[in-house]
Amino acid sequence: MSVYLSHDPGVWIAAALTLFIFSFLYKDNPLYKFAEHLFVGVSAGYYLVLSFWSVLVANLWDPLTSALGGAHGSPLAARLGDYRAFLLIPALLGLLLFSRFLPRLAWLSRWSLAVIIGVYAGLKTTGFAQGDFVAQVQGSIQPLWTASWATTVSAWIFTVGLLTTLVFFYFSREHKGALGVASRAGMYFLMVSFGAGYGYTVMSRISLLIGRLQFLLHTWLGVR
Amino acid sequence: MSALDRLARLDRRWIFLVTGLLVLIPLLWPLNLPLTPAPPVRAYHDAIASVPPGSHVLVSADFDPAARPELEPMLRTTLRQLLQRRCKVVVVVLYQGGPLLVDQIVRDVAAAQGAVYGRDLVNLGFKAGNEAVMVLMGQSIPNTFPRDQSGADVRTLPVMRDVRNYSSFRLLVSIATGYPGTKEYVQQVQGRFHIPIVAGVTAVTAPTMYPYLQSGQLRGLLGGMAGAAEYERLMNERGAASRGMDAQSLAHVFVALCIVLGNLAQRARARREEG
Amino acid sequence: MKRELPLFVTAVVGLFMILSFFVPHQLVSVPADFLQQSAVIVVAFGIVLGGANLLRVNLEAVVKRQPDWPYRLVLIAGLLATVVIGLIEGRDFQALGTRSTWIYDQIYAPMSSAMFALLAFFIASAAFRAFRVRTVEAGLLALAAFLVMLGRVPIGNAITGWLPSGLRLGAVSEWILRVPQNAANRAILIGAALGVMATGLRVILGIERSYLSGEE
Repeated sequence: MSVYLSHDPGVWIAAALTLFIFSFLYKDNPLYKFAEHLFVGVSAGYYLVLSFWSVLVANLWDPLTSALGGAHGSPLAARLGDYRAFLLIPALLGLLLFSRFLPRLAWLSRWSLAVIIGVYAGLKTTGFAQGDFVAQVQGSIQPLWTASWATTVSAWIFTVGLLTTLVFFYFSREHKGALGVASRAGMYFLMVSFGAGYGYTVMSRISLLIGRLQFLLHTWLGVR
Repeated sequence: MSALDRLARLDRRWIFLVTGLLVLIPLLWPLNLPLTPAPPVRAYHDAIASVPPGSHVLVSADFDPAARPELEPMLRTTLRQLLQRRCKVVVVVLYQGGPLLVDQIVRDVAAAQGAVYGRDLVNLGFKAGNEAVMVLMGQSIPNTFPRDQSGADVRTLPVMRDVRNYSSFRLLVSIATGYPGTKEYVQQVQGRFHIPIVAGVTAVTAPTMYPYLQSGQLRGLLGGMAGAAEYERLMNERGAASRGMDAQSLAHVFVALCIVLGNLAQRARARREEG
Repeated sequence: MKRELPLFVTAVVGLFMILSFFVPHQLVSVPADFLQQSAVIVVAFGIVLGGANLLRVNLEAVVKRQPDWPYRLVLIAGLLATVVIGLIEGRDFQALGTRSTWIYDQIYAPMSSAMFALLAFFIASAAFRAFRVRTVEAGLLALAAFLVMLGRVPIGNAITGWLPSGLRLGAVSEWILRVPQNAANRAILIGAALGVMATGLRVILGIERSYLSGEE
């Protein structure tokens, strides 16, 4: 095994910041706090610049200035995907969001929120209805008798699990008698589901540590 | 004081130290434990393998550096498989922290595969707006992404010549860490536009994707670093994910042991306090 | 009227978006497309607003010399440096070799990864100190966790390689994910979908108004 230290100052800075953050495992300290605050500032700055160039300039400023300059005909001759001067409406709504900084004018931002909430409420309602309700109920209807006994048993366990878990979430009646038994069975299926989720969560967290150690070993220290 | 009593009082920093060592040691001295690809991983690989050469495939790479160890290997191997099949690849990014990282990966894989940017593949970059962008792409992708990651007009690029909307693609590959991601593509795109979707997700999200896999809304699924490693195995590669699985194995055994020992220590303490 | 008119806008926009799912005619699809473009633009303004607000809150804390004000100065410096450099570098701020790309590669990306990597240590510690099996339900959870944790990594099949292929840990964990786990998750999806549909309609019809903050 050999070690080839990186000559890139950027890699050394990245390694130092990584170790500053890992120092929290021993105890909270100024190096960790420094790295934490730097991270928050740089992330916020990056998201801000990204939104500015990729949306505000590319999807608003460029088409608006082109339309108002009369480059391709009338500014009001909008069609699908090419909204020309009508883009002044979202521009105004976006600027109205900043009225939240002035308490007496903050109510103006409700117009912007109304459009955002309306669009996303509409999208979410139809998306969940189609993707998570109709398609899922459709997918649940499966043959309960097949040529393979293993598939048949699995299909029955699946169907019982689905129905009893749905019963568990039915709170309009007290869970007593048959309803209580079904609800308890549903809870057991939920526990199995949470256990599987926990197992996968452990995998996910360990993967993140593996990634950082691979960087420190191979990129920074150059261990081969 | 018995061993279990001492264990009950253990400073958690010892647990941190053992965790770190159990992950570090296999990275230096690999165990090379064999990998067995799971059925959802095979389905992912086979779905891509069944795309006719020359077809357009849309890859939505929606992750940031935090999910890199799990999702970067998936994206690299997917791009390699698509380029080896001579598919035309269009990459988009809807996750804020990801554009630069994804661009580096795309250019890296393209260079290694001898693919020509603009002719064989394109990275359209990032667009804010989550599901709204997904639905907008259903009307027109060139209107939603008028410029690519480097600022070039997409209508001048050969690979985008025949691209209108989702109907121009044979397959959608969603590699995602959270929101917006695979769930939103299934809800907003699969239901409306009926394009086949395969997904690579972080291990945290993977169990919640199984209902979509079973209903056919997803044709294949890679879950976490294990899924990425098994996919590399199917492609006869040994990438970063495969190299990390030995460390993953030892760490999982340690966490399982922690649960057992923690319960034994707590039971011993409770018995001692009762006695 | 300061509340009623925005509520009316939400209702009209929301109902239009639902209608656009069912009606492909351009009288509906073109305005729906415009509304979505508008939402994308307004959300981008919102992100800029968030950044500006972060700056304002931290500047106030520095001026008032709150206890951790030197660290807030670091936050402000990081934010302003990233924004100024990104704006000066123009549309190509993400090209190879730019200072913005360097900040992303050597500062943002490593710290983002390291922050989340800390979780690996805490999950091991929490497994030891907090995961208590005292009931049947907790036992089921622990059993499923063991089987999936060990079954999804190579060591699971390595230690059960002597069993028939259908009984090895890999196959068992895959069955748990495909059958009982799937059943419960699907029930959660269906239940959550009903909840989201109900909440979405409540918001669109103006019954749910909490997103309109303020008293006026």
